[in-house]
Amino acid sequence: MTAQHDADATPQEHAVETVDRGSAVTQSDSFSDPGLPPHKPRQTDIHPAKEKRAERQVFLWFLLSMAGSVFAIFAYFAFPITEEDFGSVRINNLLLGLGLSLGLLGIGFGAVHWARQLMSDVEISEDRHPTHGSEQTRARAVEIFKLGDEESGFTRRSLIRNSLIGALALFPLPAVFMFRDLAPKQDAVEAISQTPWETGTRLAIDPTGTPIKASDVTIGSAFHVIPETLDSHAHDFLDQKALSVVLLVRMPEEQLHETEERKGWSYNGIVAYSKICTHVGCPVALYEQHTHHLLCPCHQSTFDVSDGAKVVFGPAARPLPQLPIAVDDEGYLVAQRDFTEPIGPSFWERLDHIDDEHPESSARTEDRA
Amino acid sequence: MTTTRAARKTSFTSKASNYLDERTSISGAVSFLGRKIFPDHWSFMLGEVALYSFIAILISGVFLTFFFDPSMTHVTYEGSYVPLKGIGMSVAYHTALDISFEIRGGLLMRQVHHWAALLFVASIGLHMLRVFFTGAFRKPREINWVIGFLLFVLAMAEGFTGYSLPDDVLSGNGLAIINGMVKGIPIVGTWISYFLFGGLFPGTEIIPRLYSLHIMLLPAILIVVLGIHLVLIVVNKHTQFAGPGKTNKNVVGSPIMPTFAAKAGGFFFLVFGTIMLIASIFTINPIWNYGPYDPSPVSAGTQPDWYIGFADGALRLVPPGWETEWFGLTFTWAIIIPIIVMVGFLMLVAFYPFIEQWITGDKREHHLSDRPRNNPTRTAIGAAGVVFYAVMWAAASSDLMATHFHVNVFHVIYVLQAALIFGPIITYFITKRVALALQKKDREIVLHGYESGRIVRRPGGEYIEVHEPLDEYERYRLVTFETYEPTKERPNAQGRISAGVKIRGALSRWFFEDRITPVTQSELEASKHDH
Ligand code: HEM
Ligand code: FES
Repeated sequence: MTAQHDADATPQEHAVETVDRGSAVTQSDSFSDPGLPPHKPRQTDIHPAKEKRAERQVFLWFLLSMAGSVFAIFAYFAFPITEEDFGSVRINNLLLGLGLSLGLLGIGFGAVHWARQLMSDVEISEDRHPTHGSEQTRARAVEIFKLGDEESGFTRRSLIRNSLIGALALFPLPAVFMFRDLAPKQDAVEAISQTPWETGTRLAIDPTGTPIKASDVTIGSAFHVIPETLDSHAHDFLDQKALSVVLLVRMPEEQLHETEERKGWSYNGIVAYSKICTHVGCPVALYEQHTHHLLCPCHQSTFDVSDGAKVVFGPAARPLPQLPIAVDDEGYLVAQRDFTEPIGPSFWERLDHIDDEHPESSARTEDRA
Repeated sequence: MTTTRAARKTSFTSKASNYLDERTSISGAVSFLGRKIFPDHWSFMLGEVALYSFIAILISGVFLTFFFDPSMTHVTYEGSYVPLKGIGMSVAYHTALDISFEIRGGLLMRQVHHWAALLFVASIGLHMLRVFFTGAFRKPREINWVIGFLLFVLAMAEGFTGYSLPDDVLSGNGLAIINGMVKGIPIVGTWISYFLFGGLFPGTEIIPRLYSLHIMLLPAILIVVLGIHLVLIVVNKHTQFAGPGKTNKNVVGSPIMPTFAAKAGGFFFLVFGTIMLIASIFTINPIWNYGPYDPSPVSAGTQPDWYIGFADGALRLVPPGWETEWFGLTFTWAIIIPIIVMVGFLMLVAFYPFIEQWITGDKREHHLSDRPRNNPTRTAIGAAGVVFYAVMWAAASSDLMATHFHVNVFHVIYVLQAALIFGPIITYFITKRVALALQKKDREIVLHGYESGRIVRRPGGEYIEVHEPLDEYERYRLVTFETYEPTKERPNAQGRISAGVKIRGALSRWFFEDRITPVTQSELEASKHDH
């Protein structure tokens, strides 16, 4: 390497070479640097005519840029957006944009052309120096720190130094607590562990809110469901909806495999499952009627609705929670109660909120074949 | 400095410069910076692309802030986009629609902002690869590598917070995924999510909060960190490829004034102009097609912005059932493991310069860019990392691949799971072999010249190809590189070899066992005598 060559050649550079070179090999017999190759003049350096032409080209680019900018202003007014006309939005976008692009690109091409054809292209060499300061500045820096220490007594007066460190360590701490009110006073785990479903809440169609009659659910059909009580004008409408969306499916009863525990949770082959994926919480929206598979579009977790919504593929680890349903006097589908476990993605304290009377929630029904 | 001349020849510029200098001593800065030298290579422009697209982001972003309102208050749409009339939505989504449909140039600025953001992260990624493969992260530039890494992370954070602002179905769904991931973090996850969203998901706080981050905190940090990055580039001076006259002790190229300034300034306009051109022709993020956020619907085949893909893909590659319940607590490995893998991968990237320096033990300053072939192991490691990232990234499109190639999406995932493990290993070996082969070829060329393609018949009857010898400049470019040999494991004062030394020895062997040294003068002499 050249660096070493120079070092071998010039004794004053030995200082640099005392830096540990680690396992780098010293090449004893390497080629010496022939130096920068001679400069090759460009066409524009030799022929005045070519130089003139390049100058004209640069001028043309700048002229085009001006035309583009003027056109952009023209387009802004000449092609306005008209109410309810999507086409006018597109035209405005296109023509204004093209004008601006030309305004920018013209300057860009012109300047680069100027630099390449007309400005000197002779390569210049600048020396490098070791990055660290000179011996003098380094000594001076050390001296300054020493002076600072002596004059303040930072090392000597250890009591006040240490108490300063203590104070500095403590003063940001209140800021940490001040973030408590980022969220409401209520306990986080309590808040996310209940949904708006209550005993007797009717299942309604999402988004219209029309209650669903059991007799209207034909075999093979699937419904996106919300609780009838959900108030679309409430301030927390989306929060409640995010907790309570359910997918309702009817299949031939003989195809439905239910555990003993959950025998009473379905009605005539109609089952209802939380629509929030147990992986990281996307809505599990794609139902495949013939396989009874429910597919999450986010990461392809696949749940088997005919078999307790257990996971058949994908990164989700638990079945979707099931909503126990029944039918009321008027034949409408209702919830028997809230889910027996928190819906949605897993969290640290999840097991605290599994209904004791229904220990056989998804955490346990899951059969990992 | 110009006082005497200015007194006589009072042109406006000289008066103005004099006025300024007498109040700021700016001539010092001009004389320090004005003729600084920048070496020229196409790959050195990638960082510039990042810088210029960031400026485009700032300009278009400020325009958007004048019209965008991040509130999550529920309103009914009354704007001029017919399909959404009468639909309930947040103010944030409403104003994002208004920017697109009521304000002339609003859609254009949104598209400029989004395209520029995509280009920004892409150019940062490529810039980082350039620095890696040329070894430009070595002393004294390790700190600037780490700073650049921070910029990469900040850029992704900016992108994600921005993507979440319009409150359409896709952006809300992205937040739902974040919510789920945060909840999977042991011990604190539930609470972090609760604080982040100000209660339940989605709540009414998250978008205003992300907005503060997106337009204030993150850009402020980004600009400061970017400033340090640029200052360090001036302090360290740019690296250059070795060549005749280009050594570790100089920097060869064009001076800032005028050539580099003209090229770089012009290039800014080219980058901005190209972004503008793309934004005027191609739609990006048509939020009006997605509808306002609602926790219920989602459509298949939707994609996050490209730079979030690797995280999404990492989640998809987890096999079923990765969760355990211990002591009544839930350990969500399906989330914890991908997070650890991603963070671990990013940490390796961030600290690579220190690892390599520890292995070589080389404490000297390095100002010459390596040609990637001349450090085969590093290049192979880099290529393996790229493949690892690429597989995760590809996994984010597993469903699209399945529908496009008419295969089962489950099988796509199985293949990608295998690729995640074996892909980097195979890539490592292939890349290393290729790099060594290229080095051998360089040696051949130095020793025997270029193959000219001209065949001549020798007097003896045999045919040979004529080899054109190299001129000394070309030759010097091919023989100027540094090689290392495996370190010897030296015992310490007690005569023992510590574990650290052993590990380092092993790593050093792994790095430098296969190596090809540059041709020396005597080798060239010898090869001439062979003929
Ligand atoms: C520095 C890197 C930045 C990146 C990567 C970035 C990225 C993004 C992205 C991807 C979006 C979504 C755009 C869309 O809806 O089409 C967005 C929106 C937005 N950004 Fe940025 N941004 C950055 C900086 C800024 C800055 C500095 C500002 C303002 C000073 C800003 C203001 C906005 C505003 C107001 C929106 C929402 C408006 C809308 O959706 O139309 N951004 N950003
Ligand atoms: S959220 Fe359903 S698979 Fe990830």
